[in-house]
Amino acid sequence: MGRYIVQRVLAAFPVLLIVTLISFCIMQLVPGDPAVVMAGPQATAKEVEQVRVQLGLDKPFLTQLGTWLYGLLQGDLGRSILLGRGVSQAIGERLPITLTLALLSFLLTVAIGIPAGIIAALKQNTWIDQAVMTVALIGVSLPNFWLGLMLIIFFSVVLDLLPAGGYVTLSQGFWPWFKSLLLPTLSLGLLQMGLLARITRSTMLEVLRQDYIRTARAKGLPTFKVVAKHAFKNALIPIVTIIGIIFSLLLTGSVVIETVYSLPGLGRLLATSIFSRDYPVIQGGLLLTAAMFVGINLLVDVLYAFLDPRVRYD
Amino acid sequence: MTAGRNLVEVENLVKHFPIRKGFFSSRVTGYVQAVDDISFTVARGETLGLVGESGCGKSTTGRLLIRLLDPTSGRIMLNGADLAHIPPEELRTRRRDVQIIFQDPFSSLNPRKTVEGIIAEPLIVHRIGTKAERQARVAELLKLVGLAPDHARRYPHEFSGGQRQRIGIARALALNPKFIVCDEPVSALDVSIQAQIINLMRDLQKDLGLTYLFISHNLAVVRHIADRVAVMYLGKIVEMTDKHSLYESPKHPYTQALLSAIPIANPDRRRQRVVLTGDVPSPMAPPKGCRFNTRCPLAEQRCREIEPPLVDVGGGHKVACHLVTR
Amino acid sequence: MRHRLFVTGLTLLMLMVLMGILADLIATHNPVQVRARFRFRPPSLDNFFGTDNFGRDIYTRVVYGARLSISIGFAVVLLTAIAGTVIGLLSGYIRRLDNFLMRVMDALMAFPTIILALALAAALGPSTINIVVALSTVYTPRVARVVRASVLVVREADYVQAARAVGASNLRIMLEHILPNSMAPLMIQLSFIFAYAVIAEAVLSFLGVGPPPPTPSWGSIIAEGKDYIREAAWITLFPGIAIAMTVLGLNLLGDGLRDVLDPRMNVDSR
Repeated sequence: MGRYIVQRVLAAFPVLLIVTLISFCIMQLVPGDPAVVMAGPQATAKEVEQVRVQLGLDKPFLTQLGTWLYGLLQGDLGRSILLGRGVSQAIGERLPITLTLALLSFLLTVAIGIPAGIIAALKQNTWIDQAVMTVALIGVSLPNFWLGLMLIIFFSVVLDLLPAGGYVTLSQGFWPWFKSLLLPTLSLGLLQMGLLARITRSTMLEVLRQDYIRTARAKGLPTFKVVAKHAFKNALIPIVTIIGIIFSLLLTGSVVIETVYSLPGLGRLLATSIFSRDYPVIQGGLLLTAAMFVGINLLVDVLYAFLDPRVRYD
Repeated sequence: MTAGRNLVEVENLVKHFPIRKGFFSSRVTGYVQAVDDISFTVARGETLGLVGESGCGKSTTGRLLIRLLDPTSGRIMLNGADLAHIPPEELRTRRRDVQIIFQDPFSSLNPRKTVEGIIAEPLIVHRIGTKAERQARVAELLKLVGLAPDHARRYPHEFSGGQRQRIGIARALALNPKFIVCDEPVSALDVSIQAQIINLMRDLQKDLGLTYLFISHNLAVVRHIADRVAVMYLGKIVEMTDKHSLYESPKHPYTQALLSAIPIANPDRRRQRVVLTGDVPSPMAPPKGCRFNTRCPLAEQRCREIEPPLVDVGGGHKVACHLVTR
Repeated sequence: MRHRLFVTGLTLLMLMVLMGILADLIATHNPVQVRARFRFRPPSLDNFFGTDNFGRDIYTRVVYGARLSISIGFAVVLLTAIAGTVIGLLSGYIRRLDNFLMRVMDALMAFPTIILALALAAALGPSTINIVVALSTVYTPRVARVVRASVLVVREADYVQAARAVGASNLRIMLEHILPNSMAPLMIQLSFIFAYAVIAEAVLSFLGVGPPPPTPSWGSIIAEGKDYIREAAWITLFPGIAIAMTVLGLNLLGDGLRDVLDPRMNVDSR
């Protein structure tokens, strides 16, 4: 088991390396002179030169790469052009918000998505199944930012029950905090729920078809026990795989949702920095999100080993 | 280009599969000794049966003979040319002389191609004939294997297992090969169909002057089609002789066991620990001395130390056993 | 009967495509003309979907938007199909390339899709072609994976061995045997990629790096409308419905393909 974990960790390294390289090379893709782009259209030649030196763009490629990597190892991701502070600092301030949102959405997704999928599978081809799957399908087809806007229209403009945006910290009270996060969580989570429900259903159907389930039923076990004890654990494996994907979707979604609801999170930081060409932030943000994803997948792999003993003896 | 009696001569054929571990580099930690120094000949027009349990190396031997696998060492003489050591250009030409029939009729035909496409492919690859000529040849081959020429337009999934095997045979015959490796061609078929296919293969052999290497684990089937039989165990040939001698007076303990189908269980003999589950020792670590000694009821001290050579004990009957050749 | 999903999805998709193709015929106004007098009109018989802050007819803009949004999706599908198939084929068939190629694909997939697409689009500059390139880069790994998985399975099949035994070249084997038998999962994946691409284009437009104005795309209409949610919610409502219908159609198509092709796959290969 330990060996398996070490194997997985080692396998993640080359991926991380390439991820790092890609994050860095985004800057190199910019056509023309990045210093000009970043200094802005009104900048004088002197200001552009300042920006260039500040970013170290006057040095050869490998030196730039080396400097960046060296800084990485020390936890320094560079300085943001626009915000006037360190990238790590900027990210650090916003990360908790994004993570809170992601966690809440994740809980919502799992709490509704998995049971929905199980029920749909158990009642296959009945109206319950059709209904659940239709809702799930629609959920997967809606663009989440549009859903966010629709929710704002309905709950904020029409009903005036919830705020249309802005983040309220927990210190200002639980309810205000919760209300500011409710719609964003729904927008993010609603679509993931559809995906999870669909996958859970198809996995459960596969598992329920198996002979050992028939045996369990023939033994006279009540359906609930059959599902809980036998079916679910085996169905869990593909579901756990999806969790990695869902996490990635949550990070992606946060970019849009935070923009829609004006939440000062990592996603919005990335969006605005990309829009305003704040490359140090872009690089750092890309690297961080990708690294988180790799980390989550690693966790998923380890979880796998716990759930499926076959995997350990690979 | 010797026109000798033997069409195929295999000398000291060896195939070791390296076992690789590690995720970046591939360190070799051991070898699966699938085929370990075997030699045999097949005369023109004859059928050599190659029998043994799963994992004894018979399928590997078949694939080595048609160069789907590369031998680790040894010579494969076909019509005087060593298939193991010729340049790729010449190999490609020589491929026309030796073909293969596969075991599984369901995976040996490309589901997306028509029967015509499947049978004509060898002709297309070697640029033989025009489209019309190929079509004619396909029709001819279909008739030869007992199918109707208008089956050419259909797809494999429209046929039964036996029919698909016939298509496979037709494909093998497309290039007019002299030698055909038959890798368990009837093992996946119903018993009644097996008889049909075996008879077809015998007729084809007579009419076209073919030479077969017939690989199977089913001794009853082999009896019907083989002229000579070689018995393999754990990568080695333990007995090789003509059909009658083998079935009437088998000399190697393993052959005797196979024929009587009595599992060898002798608790009085100390067993060597077996690493893998299953009866046959792992081909990665074959026993020292005679490979069969761990299961042989007659094993002596000598059997555990010295490997017995394959020796002719009279009339072309070859056996690899100390007790027989003493 | 099994084909119901597939047919429904295809019909829905075709409806949206037709809408784009016949835009000139079914539009009621000019999509880009500014008519300040008609700002923020709610939906009416004159303006089915209302007007926006420039007085432009939303219905017309949505109808024309179909062209851009759907063609971008289609272009992405084409590009990823080609790139992904080549990479998947090479990776699956040639062992030495496999490790390297798959690591790169894994690395690309480690970035959340929109974020990577956003970064690429921003780096390359806003233009329709760059959007297509950015999105294709992001989605190619998924296609490559699917193709590679098929190739790995098909490669071991006896009929491939038979082709080798006859002396067929690797190229021939790849094109005639491996590729045709790897198509089914590929087609299914491509329908979903089409759907992702349509949504992604909308997101990118919404975030400001979409195709440049004045050509309307569904995402840009929503982006323009988001500032006027209180006054004119209809600006954001209708394009979203259009997107949802297209994507729904594509999802049904993908699901339907899965149902249609799956039983046949079982019969054919084993």
